[in-house]
Amino acid sequence: MGASQTRTEDIFQDLSDKTGFSLEQIRILHKRFRQLSGDEETISKENLENIQALDKNPIRNQIIEAFFDKRNQNDGEVGSSVEIGFEQFVKVMCHFKPPTLKMTTEDKEAMRREKLRFLFNMHDTDNDGTITLDEYRKVVEELLSKSGAIGLEAAKAIADAAMLEVASINVPHMEPDEFYEGITFEHFEQILKGLEMESRMNIRFLDVDTSTMHCGKSQ
Amino acid sequence: MPSRTLSKMPASLGKSLPEHGLLLVLILVLLEGTAGAASSPNVSPQDPGHHGGAAVEGHNISKKAFPVLEIDYHHIQLPFEISLWVLLASIMKLGEHRGMCACVCVCVCVCVCVAGLLPPQCPSPSGPFHLCSLLPPPLAHSAPPPSGPCPAWVPRPGTLRTAGFVLVFLSAGVPWSLRHLWTPLLLVLAQSRHLPPSALSRCPGRRGPHHQALLVLLAAAAVGVATVGPLQLVLHVEGVVDCGEAVHLDVLYHLFDEYSTVGTVTVMDAVLGVLCFLVVAVGGVLVGAIYGLLAAFTSRFTSHTRVIEPLFVFVYSYMAYLSAEMFHLSGIMALIACGAVMRPYVEANISHKSHTTIKYFLKMWSSVSETLIFIFLGVATVDGQHSWNWTFVTVTVILCLVARIIGVVGLTFIINKFRIVKLTTKDQFIIAYGGLRGAIAFSLGYLLNKDRYPMREMFLTAIITVIFFTVFVQGMTIKPLVELLAVKKKQEAKRSINEEIHTQFLDHLLTGIEDICGHYGHHHWKDKLNRFNKKYIKKCLIAGDRSNEPQLIAFYHKMEMKQAIELVESGGGVKLPPSVPSTVSMQNIQPKKPAPVERALPQIPKGREDEIRKILRGNLQKTRQRLRSYNRHTLVADPFEDGWSDLLLKKHKMIELEKKMSNYLTVPAAPPDSPTITRARLASDPQAYQMKQAPEGVPTIQVDLASPQSTDSLNMEDELQRADRRHADRRRRQDDEEGLMMRPPASGAPRGGDSAAEDGGPSNKEQRIQRCLSDPGPSAEEDEDEPFLS
Repeated sequence: MGASQTRTEDIFQDLSDKTGFSLEQIRILHKRFRQLSGDEETISKENLENIQALDKNPIRNQIIEAFFDKRNQNDGEVGSSVEIGFEQFVKVMCHFKPPTLKMTTEDKEAMRREKLRFLFNMHDTDNDGTITLDEYRKVVEELLSKSGAIGLEAAKAIADAAMLEVASINVPHMEPDEFYEGITFEHFEQILKGLEMESRMNIRFLDVDTSTMHCGKSQ
Repeated sequence: MPSRTLSKMPASLGKSLPEHGLLLVLILVLLEGTAGAASSPNVSPQDPGHHGGAAVEGHNISKKAFPVLEIDYHHIQLPFEISLWVLLASIMKLGEHRGMCACVCVCVCVCVCVAGLLPPQCPSPSGPFHLCSLLPPPLAHSAPPPSGPCPAWVPRPGTLRTAGFVLVFLSAGVPWSLRHLWTPLLLVLAQSRHLPPSALSRCPGRRGPHHQALLVLLAAAAVGVATVGPLQLVLHVEGVVDCGEAVHLDVLYHLFDEYSTVGTVTVMDAVLGVLCFLVVAVGGVLVGAIYGLLAAFTSRFTSHTRVIEPLFVFVYSYMAYLSAEMFHLSGIMALIACGAVMRPYVEANISHKSHTTIKYFLKMWSSVSETLIFIFLGVATVDGQHSWNWTFVTVTVILCLVARIIGVVGLTFIINKFRIVKLTTKDQFIIAYGGLRGAIAFSLGYLLNKDRYPMREMFLTAIITVIFFTVFVQGMTIKPLVELLAVKKKQEAKRSINEEIHTQFLDHLLTGIEDICGHYGHHHWKDKLNRFNKKYIKKCLIAGDRSNEPQLIAFYHKMEMKQAIELVESGGGVKLPPSVPSTVSMQNIQPKKPAPVERALPQIPKGREDEIRKILRGNLQKTRQRLRSYNRHTLVADPFEDGWSDLLLKKHKMIELEKKMSNYLTVPAAPPDSPTITRARLASDPQAYQMKQAPEGVPTIQVDLASPQSTDSLNMEDELQRADRRHADRRRRQDDEEGLMMRPPASGAPRGGDSAAEDGGPSNKEQRIQRCLSDPGPSAEEDEDEPFLS
């Protein structure tokens, strides 16, 4: 008992150093992980799909897919895992940390790039390094999927217009017979420069252990 | 007097003397007129008496001539002087714009001068009049009026969060600064040798100076309407600051007014006071919300009488203000709540023209109101009886500054614990420095009852000094300071479609991650609120189809409409609208696969339209270049040049005419300037093509306009006219396009695609404009078409 506890504590400490979460936060995430996985060591896609609150989310599948995407693990691998362990879970959550007061501008830039990379991976499903028109169309369709027929008609037009805009901003002068392959990561960064991802793409990870309050409500 | 004016005016109005000389002359003439008129009010009342007397007595009074022309100033005195004031205020604003100083500074400066010049019988603001007419407009303007560019119902997360922060800050901040100011000022008052002891004893009952001092502090702590600039820069908040502070001041003002009548303040009173504060604030919000919902519901039915839509918006808001004041609740809160609640629904229901009307009317009214308040300030400064008390005044000024700094620092410290993105020291400095006192402080001080507050003059003097100090010193230096500190400026909200898509995407993503994490953060609740809104409320309050429109699509339509309007206003393809400075077109993006020969959908998708539009623009550019190049390098003798210059003249005339048209209309109802029609007109103009017979030996240059033949264009014009007459309806639009010949561009030369596709393009666009405007358009459009076809 004692040995396994210290082992988990070591693991937590290790993770905390690697990812920048505090020990408290790691413990809370671990509790949640256990809840989701049904006390197993790993979670699979079904576990995440069972969360009821996610049902109404139009981009539910993309979110779940993002957890299992190996590219988000920063290991250099590609493809999709079938199951993930706690460490991978935390690494994905890492993308949603807020910037701290002490960060320099370079740090903030790096964080922004990391978050944008996460988004880019979510869109670029075939992993060829560009978001093609089809993939972008799919994104917009998913966004509008809960809005019925009106959504689907307009989705294509919106995606086309958006793509056109990306091309106009990044490659202003194209001959009529040139072809814009797709949105590369640099172009993606360029168009989303105004949104300041590092301050928007954040989740508040609790410091206080209030997981007991959520136990009843979360599933 | 005039010399004083002359010396002060050029300083504040800046360069360009002749224009200011003219303005000056105008002002002086007006003043003379008033003075002259004011000095002869005695003529009128005696005339009827005189006349009557003549009729009755008759024998010893010679019969007065029938009054053909008489001057009756009293009859119109009040409205005349009010109008004069408003006029003066507006003229000052004209002058102010050319100057270099901040708006408020110049206002105050000039108002002081004017106040010195004018005869002292200016309308003084009595309580109710002042409160009911002068205060609401600036506040309504700073409240989120139904005119924002963002169609989102729930504001973006940044705004909501910062708004929350700001409100908390302000609600705690005001009492905080009061507490800090209270004791020192009391001490000053008590020890001040300048205070005649009789003043203290004059207060009936046991009303001490405490409460009065409190009231003064309240007014002095009032941050006026001029604060917003630096805060906007830092926090990207629009006007919430004004509202927040104004609200709490309003509430506290009433509170302390009550206290000062009471005498001693017990603990019970204090508790009740806090309770009262809450009731007033929340009650105001409720009243405003009710009126907002009523307004939204009413606007659902106004699709046939568009003219009175702005009236509903204004009157409902004003009534919310008045109703709240009736219950002694916070009228300002009510006004703001009303505006905020009705905004998304009313925006969806009213026409574009009403939208514009409301926006500009409110701006105009609030600007005038603000100027008027500052004029009163000037009058009070120059005319009012001042009792200058060095200690009191200097201490007030210093303490205000100090209290503000302490307040900002302390509260930021507390709030940073709850914020994800913390506020830096730079931000805090700007917030502290940006606390300008202005109109509200002055109004509140002015409204103090003379009997209850015998030291009113002293208070007023102090308030005025604080206002002058903060406005001039802080107001003038804050802009360079901001630039020096390199504070991030608020982004000009020209959102692109990509940003909108990703904002939505991010919202959903963050909600999803929160759900996975298992804790109900504010994304979760925001999402729930959104869904509730969509499911129930929007159905009741938004007319017709638009109730189901998802936000992204609404945004997209708005954007398309803006682009269409830009295109039309820029003269229809004469120059590219600046937002699209590239030559990328849809064909660059479409993957290279063979287009299906028969199209299952009869509708032209918007992507195709973009492509068409780009092709048209490109071709038109090429055309114009070619035309110009022929003109420049023309080797042909005069006969051709005559024809050319005529053609060019005609073109220029038409462009000028179009530009004039679009100036008169807020939104041009007909698109007479689409590139196709322009070209068609040129094409159908018989004279243009009457090339004189070239003398032998002169090389002829064929002009190829790269446009369809005249006959085609005439047909197309018929099509367009027919399209004009129909009401916009999606199904009908599809029918139209089915009727037109649509040859897929892949199969033919681009030109072939042009001619047929052009038909679809503009009519589609204008029908979309019609749909978005939902104005009864056709008859107006037809009339406008006539001149162009001559």
